[in-house]
Amino acid sequence: MCTVCGCSGTGATLEGHHHHHDHDHDHHHDQDHHHHHAHDHPHDHGHDHDHHHDHHHTHDHGTHDYGRGPAHAHVPGLSQTRMVEIERGILAANDGIAGRNREALAGHYQFALNFLSSPGAGKTTLLVETVARLRERLAVVVIEGDQQTANDAERIRAAGAPAIQVNTGKGCHLDADMVARALDALKPADGALVFIENVGNLVCPAGFDLGEAKRVTLVSVTEGEDKPLKYPDAFAGADLVLVTKSDLLPYLDFDLDQLIANVARINPAATILHLSTRGGEGMECWIDWLVKARNEWIEDLALQAEARAAGLRQVMTGAIAGVRP
Amino acid sequence: MHEMALCESVIAAVEDSARVNHFTRVRKVRLEIGRFAGVEVSALRFGFDVVARGTLCEGAELVVLEPKGRAWCFDCSETVELDERLDPCPLCGGLRLQPVSGNEMNIKDLEVE
Repeated sequence: MCTVCGCSGTGATLEGHHHHHDHDHDHHHDQDHHHHHAHDHPHDHGHDHDHHHDHHHTHDHGTHDYGRGPAHAHVPGLSQTRMVEIERGILAANDGIAGRNREALAGHYQFALNFLSSPGAGKTTLLVETVARLRERLAVVVIEGDQQTANDAERIRAAGAPAIQVNTGKGCHLDADMVARALDALKPADGALVFIENVGNLVCPAGFDLGEAKRVTLVSVTEGEDKPLKYPDAFAGADLVLVTKSDLLPYLDFDLDQLIANVARINPAATILHLSTRGGEGMECWIDWLVKARNEWIEDLALQAEARAAGLRQVMTGAIAGVRP
Repeated sequence: MHEMALCESVIAAVEDSARVNHFTRVRKVRLEIGRFAGVEVSALRFGFDVVARGTLCEGAELVVLEPKGRAWCFDCSETVELDERLDPCPLCGGLRLQPVSGNEMNIKDLEVE
């Protein structure tokens, strides 16, 4: 199910599975039934107005019924408009699932990173090289997002890590539900590193929380130093900006200092590193950042758990006592 | 951007609300889209008309409120209002600004019948 629309919308598939994106708008029919009941009745009897009122008062939270509504339709048989207050985030469905992913990942001590970049910046190559360096020390799993093909997941598996390909179909980004299903299928070991390679796109993936602990945005030196200004959202949410293909710098007019200034303008808090997977320059710094970020995240979880345990003991000793209202 | 996906999400939220609040037709949908949300409002309008076809939002008017964003300036340590994400600080001209609001993407309310 696509979390954006809550329906069969994107036609996303998990590799090796055919996903039941064909439950289409079943709820529609249910809903129609509802409405038929609610409305057929008043039409038959010409009591449209009264009927409306009954419903409002029994069912509504968050409904403001202004009685006479904008249409001032107080004549039986004429429809009456009213205001319904929703106050809900447009991406609330996605964010709810992302929150559950984040809890589930923390519950299994799995540190998850979401990698964003334009197509061809070198996300998969970076992950292949990173898996090769870490697989002796840590369990690593990879979720690969692309519109089509399982090529990237195959490259990761060849490097020695379990991987699952999510094909988003017409979708231009991964969403939290796709990641939830991919995690279900992969079942990473407790303490595993989870790399999520988003669809190559600097625009849409920025808006969708997947439940990751950290977000990494890649930009290659062949792309131009104004990328952060052109696509600010992809950089604004990044914890780390990785400048890739640095071995090509001698052949380009790329101004690394200008790129760093542009990233700082969009996201003054982001760490910026540059590396080359070909020569290996900068790879150590990247691995160090990764290990340190994971340790800090685990330390933070440990502190939260200790605070929780201390609270529970206080309940046991009576220092925290429930008081009857 | 992902305006089409946002529209599908809006329609889904309206359908949820229709189930709870018992309405069959929507005349007006009011959204709040912050200036820094990265949403192209004209694309959103186009997408809404397309996605709304055949739903209870078909023909509904889309009203989009676009509140200004606010950002904290690293140079003068003030919170300032900005029209655009990349505008310089109106107080000191600084370019390093951390948005504190302006990313809103909310459905405010509906006019229904």
